[in-house]
Amino acid sequence: MSAIHPPAEKLWWKQPVDGVELTWIIIALTWCLIMFFAMPLWHVFGEQNYSGEAYNVLPEQHIARVEQMVQAHTVRHETDLQIPVVRPPAGSDVYLLARLWQWYPILELQKGQTYRLHLSSADWQHGFSLQPLNVNVQVLPGYDMVLTVTPTESGQFGLVCNEYCGIMHHTMLSRLYVVD
Amino acid sequence: MKPLFRTCPKSGLVLHRDAENLIKANAVAAVVFLAVGGLLGLLVALTRWPSVHLLDAQRFYQVLTGHGVVTLLVWVIFFEIAVLYFCSAVLLRCRIAMPRVAWTAFVLMLVGAAITAVAIIQGGSSVMMTSYVPMPASPLFYLGLILFAVGALIGCFIFLGTLVIARDERTYEGSIPLVTFGALSACIIAIFTIASGAIILIPTFLWSVGYIGSVDPLMYRVIWWAMGHSSQQINVAAHVSVWYAIAAIVFGAKPLSEKVSRGAFLLYILFINLASAHHLLVDPGVGSEWKIFNTSYAMYLAVLASLVHGLTVPGSIEVAQRKKGLNGGLFEWLRKAPWGNPVFSGMFLSLVGFGFIGGISGVVMGVEQINFLVHNTIYVPGHFHGTVAIGTTLAFMALSFWLVPILFRRELIWPGLAKWQPWLFGIGTALQAFFMMGAGTLGVSRRHWDIAFTDALFDWAYSGLAYTMMALNGMSALMAVTGGLLFVLIMVGTIFFGRPSGVPAEYSAQRPATLLPPAPETGGHAGIGMGWLVAPGTFVLAMFLLVIFVVYYVINYAYLASLWKIS
Amino acid sequence: MNQNDGGKAGAGQANDEPVPAMQRVLDNPFLLLFLGITVPAVFYIIWGVMEIANIPIGR
Ligand code: HEM
Ligand SMILES: [Cu+2]
Ligand SMILES: [Cu+2]
Repeated sequence: MSAIHPPAEKLWWKQPVDGVELTWIIIALTWCLIMFFAMPLWHVFGEQNYSGEAYNVLPEQHIARVEQMVQAHTVRHETDLQIPVVRPPAGSDVYLLARLWQWYPILELQKGQTYRLHLSSADWQHGFSLQPLNVNVQVLPGYDMVLTVTPTESGQFGLVCNEYCGIMHHTMLSRLYVVD
Repeated sequence: MKPLFRTCPKSGLVLHRDAENLIKANAVAAVVFLAVGGLLGLLVALTRWPSVHLLDAQRFYQVLTGHGVVTLLVWVIFFEIAVLYFCSAVLLRCRIAMPRVAWTAFVLMLVGAAITAVAIIQGGSSVMMTSYVPMPASPLFYLGLILFAVGALIGCFIFLGTLVIARDERTYEGSIPLVTFGALSACIIAIFTIASGAIILIPTFLWSVGYIGSVDPLMYRVIWWAMGHSSQQINVAAHVSVWYAIAAIVFGAKPLSEKVSRGAFLLYILFINLASAHHLLVDPGVGSEWKIFNTSYAMYLAVLASLVHGLTVPGSIEVAQRKKGLNGGLFEWLRKAPWGNPVFSGMFLSLVGFGFIGGISGVVMGVEQINFLVHNTIYVPGHFHGTVAIGTTLAFMALSFWLVPILFRRELIWPGLAKWQPWLFGIGTALQAFFMMGAGTLGVSRRHWDIAFTDALFDWAYSGLAYTMMALNGMSALMAVTGGLLFVLIMVGTIFFGRPSGVPAEYSAQRPATLLPPAPETGGHAGIGMGWLVAPGTFVLAMFLLVIFVVYYVINYAYLASLWKIS
Repeated sequence: MNQNDGGKAGAGQANDEPVPAMQRVLDNPFLLLFLGITVPAVFYIIWGVMEIANIPIGR
């Protein structure tokens, strides 16, 4: 019973390391370093990264920008609540608002085009969860998160809120269209 | 008054009376909260089973908040305080430092837990254990957590004080035992955890009573997770220490080398708390350099430490078994291990489950970019039931099967059922983790009352497989809860109705004999193992884990590469 | 027991051999406590808070 007793050797630091341990440490450390360098390398060679671009923004500023975009680029309305569907020009700044318990507005993007998507919340924290791709990011009030996105497939996508945001959290669901 | 000690003739442990009572009190409180938390977990899992959908939305979020707080904070930390006292006072044969203060800490923790529980029961604090601002909870919610944390912090200092007393009074010779060293690493991690908690919860409390205008949501997340994730690292350090302890107790196993095992704990002390960044990988604002350095525990050095413990714990068992003559083939030592002894089987299932389920999934989802695929899906609870429910909780259960009879001088009731307990809880929880991870991979959210989105303006249908996985999760939960309940019943039954084990409760004021190191090994490990490998079976298992790890990691990056371009 | 005075433990080793530096570090709980608080406080908390403080105001 030695792990619950003082070390048998007084100068235990000088005990040689067992061969099994040494081999394993070398293998494991190699794998650890590979995993570490994969992350910066993916920033260079991979195509799915968040650059970290973000700004401080007041909820009313973000709402104003959303409204401006809605005014300029609404193409139709959906549901009984007449939620606008917005088709912003390719390459433009696109604003999406999360608020209790709605995503606003509905976006219609073009496949292969690149957009600067700005995400922010008007009230509590929300979670942007694009299905079925399963791409998920956090949405905070007071911060404008900018993701530069290029949809690579067309279709109708589900936009779920996956950060708990109160009693009607499960109804916070929207759509996102990608057209050819 | 002179300190009083008794020696347990069966285990050879020397127990200081105050320490013994404190360990009992903290462990009993822990088990009571585990019972509550487990039942809340069952309600959660049954609600998330789509065709059962037990609770209404309001009740569900309330119960889920309770489940998180009660299991993750209260059960685990009460038990950890007991482990700290055990690893200091008992293992070092020392009187515990300032027992009165330690009792105060216990009462503070109890009162704090009760206050937070009341806040949750009142219904105005269904904010999840993370209580992300600006969603408000009642001030009592934060106040209770603060009191609980202060109590736990005092417990940590009692541990450190006891180490000082033991050294000053020379109750042991040489360095502290490895298990005590592991507990020390847990204690250090805990002090950082609690300090971070104070930095964020005190302003949040002041905000909730209207004294401060607002708390920045991103600042909150960064500092809250310095507490929230670090507290999981206390668990890791504590349950790894428990693994070493059980290997020593059941097999007389000796660490392969003190230097490597202690070095691995040192890596925990230095780097493991950086991993709180796991929770902010897809948050705005904090830069990629910060994310990459912190999420990787500074180049995965704390992962390296866990991989090392994952080898040395079973490796030391293998060597001990081979020395006893079970030296055949790769796995004779493992096949002929005492699988019917819940102390061993619980510990071994904890080790395997932690490594294969909790460990691999945790590192993979903690990769900066792969986190896109996982953040806030039910994959996350899947992962951490692999770490904290299998890894930590099951290890603590295994230790209890050994320790509770010693502390209470009673025999374990229902030894036949006790045999099955780790398997029920371990396999049930492993299946739960597996199915939640599966459903999360298919996009299902965590903390979500209705994946069918009833009453929403739009519709979105997750695949049928996702629904099946959530149902299977519910069924696995039934199995896990049966195992958990069995544990609670056996513990409570043993304490109240167990047959007295005949050990006299004789305390003496005489100073216990100094704790001496065992005699150094003669002859080394000659004649065991295969070739130059003293623990070939363990090495093969470790390589098996690594292969799965690498394959799973590559699959995730490959899927990620097929997605939309994001930059 | 103090690591420096010659114990009876560790038979076969000369009593006056100096304790290796790393062993001394690992035998010193308060040094470890200091390191264990400082490293995450600097790399995680302070660096993280600085990142937040440096987020620019939107246009
Ligand atoms: C014994 C049976 C258990 C069952 C059936 C169970 C079930 C569950 C389920 C289904 C969830 C996911 C809920 C959701 O996100 O919608 C969950 C969350 C959670 N569980 Fe468990 N669990 C059990 C034990 C434990 C234990 C032992 C611990 C910790 C030691 C634990 C800690 C947690 C935590 C921290 C959460 C997250 C709560 C949150 O999102 O705020 N659970 N549990
Ligand atoms: Cu929401
Ligand atoms: Cu939500």
